[in-house]
Amino acid sequence: MRANTWAGRNKVEVRDVPDPRILNKRDAIVRITSTAICGSDLHLVDGYVPTMQDGDVMGHEFMGEVIEVGPGVDPDRLRIGDRVVVPFPIACGACGACAAELYSCCENSNPNAGIAEKMFGHPVAGFFGYSHLTGGFAGGQAQYARVPFADVGPLKIESDLTDEQVLFLSDILPTGYMGAEMCDIQSSDVVAVWGAGPVGQFAMDSARVLGAAKVIAIDKEPYRLQMAERAGHTPVNFEEVDVRSRLLELTGGRGPDKCIDAVGLEATHGSAHIAAYDRIKQAVRLETDRPHALRQAILSCRSGGVVSVIGVYGGLLDKFPAGAWMNRALTLRTGQCHVQRYMKPLLQRIERGELDPTRVITHRLPLDEAERGFELFKNKQDNCEKVVLKP
Amino acid sequence: MELTATTTIRKPVPEVYAFWRDFENLPTFMAHLDEVRATGDRTSHWVAGAPFGKDVEWDAEIVDEALSEKIVWRSIGNADVPNTGTVRFMPAPDGVSTEVQVVLVYDIPGGTVGKAIAKYFGEEPHQQLDDDLRRLKQVLETGEVVRSDGAPWGKRARKEFPQRPAQPLSDSELVNGADE
Repeated sequence: MRANTWAGRNKVEVRDVPDPRILNKRDAIVRITSTAICGSDLHLVDGYVPTMQDGDVMGHEFMGEVIEVGPGVDPDRLRIGDRVVVPFPIACGACGACAAELYSCCENSNPNAGIAEKMFGHPVAGFFGYSHLTGGFAGGQAQYARVPFADVGPLKIESDLTDEQVLFLSDILPTGYMGAEMCDIQSSDVVAVWGAGPVGQFAMDSARVLGAAKVIAIDKEPYRLQMAERAGHTPVNFEEVDVRSRLLELTGGRGPDKCIDAVGLEATHGSAHIAAYDRIKQAVRLETDRPHALRQAILSCRSGGVVSVIGVYGGLLDKFPAGAWMNRALTLRTGQCHVQRYMKPLLQRIERGELDPTRVITHRLPLDEAERGFELFKNKQDNCEKVVLKP
Repeated sequence: MELTATTTIRKPVPEVYAFWRDFENLPTFMAHLDEVRATGDRTSHWVAGAPFGKDVEWDAEIVDEALSEKIVWRSIGNADVPNTGTVRFMPAPDGVSTEVQVVLVYDIPGGTVGKAIAKYFGEEPHQQLDDDLRRLKQVLETGEVVRSDGAPWGKRARKEFPQRPAQPLSDSELVNGADE
């Protein structure tokens, strides 16, 4: 089959690789009909996530048709011919973490848990196409994928919604939603979202759906801010204004009640010398993560507020504003999304027309043009917001 | 050399105890074992795999046990690698899970067997037993050892880092892997 693979830093390559087979009894094989490039894929390509290997099949946002099931798959849950969206964290459904609906922390799905444990203190779940630290599972930017624990995670789509309406249930819609949900939004809340990429856009939409009084989008790309504005959110361009001052203006001097970091470890900063400080430390591996968005969110949030982190961090950072966090009674909440927890309720919101995930799609390319898709997305060319690939 | 490790398994104590008490189940999750055969109610014959050097076998007997609480065994006769093991089972505070604590003690000999064992355990001997217990948890909670494309061979995964790429296996890899 054809598959988009990691080919070293700053390089992806669509290659011919073997078709996937059933390896565990509860596996299914899915023929992929739609897949996407995620912002977190850029962290892999940019070389900030360790344990990638040449030839790793990338991609963790995909959906398609079940064409084969292992002998252990519960036929009441999944059968050949089912149309499914596959959540990016692989979860067994049987361990303590799964019982607590902490699916991205599944205790059984990562065969390389021993390595993940060294890095993170405790292991994390297996993820599709996301390094060997998270299991070494082939991803979904391909024609076919093997899906372990297929009777636990995949969501059956039984209505006539299009692929583009439901594809993002695999990751970015639930991730954005969880970012807003972790904020415990009240009707009087002003919610500020750092990052107007696809996850940030969905965090903004989710904050609105959950009842926020005002939602603010912080980014530097005019086309991304315009996209947020068209959806009813208030744009702030951090290259044009001082973010903290602007946020005080917009909130009567209080600061946002809830702040969402939808940027993560490769943040850029309006102030060149601060950006350079972190970029250099990251380049020489004195820190692995550039945390401008997180720092600014903590310093901007009103006292007693919530800072919700859904942007990806991989390792260590410094100049963490612990004083602001502690003295001003902030709550810091975070996690890789427990996608399985949100798929059904968000599908219902899509069916009811409360959320329109298609609004972020700007590019549709054949799988064979994945390399071009990565370049457009990474370099923010041609107003690229979200790339959907068709195998 | 003394190794200790502990894990929590979301299954009731009697089930976890019964699985371990049938020593023939141990090779499904313990990387260094090829086979364990019961030879009596309290005695068994153990065959170690390549990690311990070829043809390392020994007999063992259970020297102490308390139903759903603990099992203690030791090698008997002229074992190449004299060893003892203790496993304890305790109900976890959540009321549904079992805490499993394992202590293995090896009397490492000199010669080629000793060298093979030293190489196998490497600089982090505890990691091996930690991984064994992770697989025990996988087997009891999900039915089998979990495989990925990068680590497709179950309990051999740990020895293969850096791994094969995370892409599907070819026909010949599948055939060769199944043979080993």
